[in-house]
Amino acid sequence: MTVALETVGLGKSFGALQVTRDVHLSLAAGDRHALIGPNGAGKTTLVNLMSGALAPDQGQVLLAGRDITTLSQARRVKQGLARTYQINQLFADLSVLENVVISLSERAGAGWNPWRRSSANSAVIDEAVVILAQLDLQDHALSLVRELPYGRQRLVEIAMTLAQRPSVMLLDEPAAGVPSAESHIILDVIAALPDHIAVLIIEHDMDIVFRFATTITVLVAGAILAQGSPADIANDEQVQAVYLGDGGDV
Amino acid sequence: MTEHYQTARHFLRERERWRWPEALPWLAIVAAFFIVPDYLALGTQIVIAIIFALSLDLILGYAGIITLGHAAYFGAGAYATGMLSAHLGWGEPISAMLFGGIIGGLAGFISGWVLLRYHGLTLLMLTLTTAILMQETANAAEEWTGGFDGLVGISIWPLLGTFDYDLWGKTYYCFAVVVLLVCFLVARTIVHSAFGRSLVGIKGNVERMHGVGTPVHGRLVTIYTISAAMAGVAGGLFAESNAYVTLDVLSFSRSGVVLIMLVLGGTGRLYGAFVGTAVYMTLEDELAKLSPEFWEFGIGLLLVVVVLFFRRGLLGALEDLRVRRS
Ligand SMILES: Nc1ncnc2c1ncn2[C@@H]1O[C@H](COP(=O)(O)OP(=O)(O)OP(=O)(O)O)[C@@H](O)[C@H]1O
Ligand SMILES: [Mg+2]
Repeated sequence: MTVALETVGLGKSFGALQVTRDVHLSLAAGDRHALIGPNGAGKTTLVNLMSGALAPDQGQVLLAGRDITTLSQARRVKQGLARTYQINQLFADLSVLENVVISLSERAGAGWNPWRRSSANSAVIDEAVVILAQLDLQDHALSLVRELPYGRQRLVEIAMTLAQRPSVMLLDEPAAGVPSAESHIILDVIAALPDHIAVLIIEHDMDIVFRFATTITVLVAGAILAQGSPADIANDEQVQAVYLGDGGDV
Repeated sequence: MTEHYQTARHFLRERERWRWPEALPWLAIVAAFFIVPDYLALGTQIVIAIIFALSLDLILGYAGIITLGHAAYFGAGAYATGMLSAHLGWGEPISAMLFGGIIGGLAGFISGWVLLRYHGLTLLMLTLTTAILMQETANAAEEWTGGFDGLVGISIWPLLGTFDYDLWGKTYYCFAVVVLLVCFLVARTIVHSAFGRSLVGIKGNVERMHGVGTPVHGRLVTIYTISAAMAGVAGGLFAESNAYVTLDVLSFSRSGVVLIMLVLGGTGRLYGAFVGTAVYMTLEDELAKLSPEFWEFGIGLLLVVVVLFFRRGLLGALEDLRVRRS
């Protein structure tokens, strides 16, 4: 299996607070990898380091074997590394359709063209319609994002990332804040992601983690505590002691 | 699926459709030529100010770049055009004005490259100091700019070799209106392009734009350069129509007033520049006649009312009114 994304000895501190400690993590192509850990363990920071939103103090990030540590976030996206945000980062005052169109235009390289009307790019609009249908958002296409129920907004968050046709997707608590009655919609979407995409998902709900993941990494206080198959993790005494001890949900 | 596609396309096109109210400002501009021929000198200055405000709308209203130093590029254009004539003896109005645009754009590109690494209050202060620095430089370079006394000796040739500068300012009014039309069409095309929509994205959520692979700094520098070039064109026109340039073209008050005019009309809608500028400058003219001491008070009062009660400017207020009625 080829390695899609790899971190080597990644470290990051905010002042005296060491938030990422010597993290070695690797994602094979098509992997379904869950990153778990208590609040404040440094999961989002790790995603920020991988996606390029933050620069590490130590270590490297490799995408398909190439060192991308010094590349901007935008350049990493162009090379196939895309992420979603724990807190929605959407254009709340624009329609769902246009949110996706902006993302697609960027991927299609149209973002530099000041002369062509954005609505005249039929390839982009075509693809936007397909993506919205794929996420069952077609009936909300014309609504403003801020008028959408939160669960649907989380789907738009995923749509924005899917539009980049990534080879690696980093999902930061995609179902966070969604009422449990609706969260299955999001999980179905994630389960249906194309096989060739390597997915790293941060999630607190252990049922979801164990159903979805083929590999689990447990992060505690910025460092990797344990890593392995769901069965390994479930039986790991250290993990049970510090983390799963109280029966599952964190 | 095709049905969804049609709906989507129609929806996206709706925003950029030409609407009949858009004819109104242009009709007013043409009508002014016939109805108030005595006021065309003022009219020319209003049209120039509209171009300037329009250039500001591109960066402020669409890309969300706040600035208190936009006069830097207006002034760069004005001095460039003026000095081309005063020192090099080139007074062909169209090319001299375009030269002003090029120099304005160049100034915008160079300063923007640095400035646009900052945001918010820092950016506001840095744009302000950039314009002050330029004004001080112009003041010091007396030999070239005339310093405090202003740049004299500007002599502009007849437009297209035929239409000379006339006492009533008809020539320059028409010239300025044509330039405005071109600038407007360029601006309107830009804001509806994928490039223009990416600026709206940057204004709306810059984090997300990084996340979809947008080279944000490059986009901002590009629109800043275009805007500065347009401001430079306005400055060039200003120099030509007055045949005189003073340090005032680079002043803080010019940067402030253009911001006020745009906010008064409404940002991010192109026509806000038209309405805000026309209202502001007509009021200024009328109030100054009524009461030379207190006209600024009247303008200030209007601004306070607009900012307090009509956040989105006069055009925004009109829009709200229409929505409420329907
Ligand atoms: N920009 C920052 N500056 C300073 N401290 C930060 C910054 N970002 C995160 N932190 C701190 O780093 C630690 C890890 O934060 P992070 O958001 O990565 O945790 P997390 O594992 O994603 O937590 P959660 O499960 O609550 O999302 C926290 O203590 C947080 O307060
Ligand atoms: Mg987090």
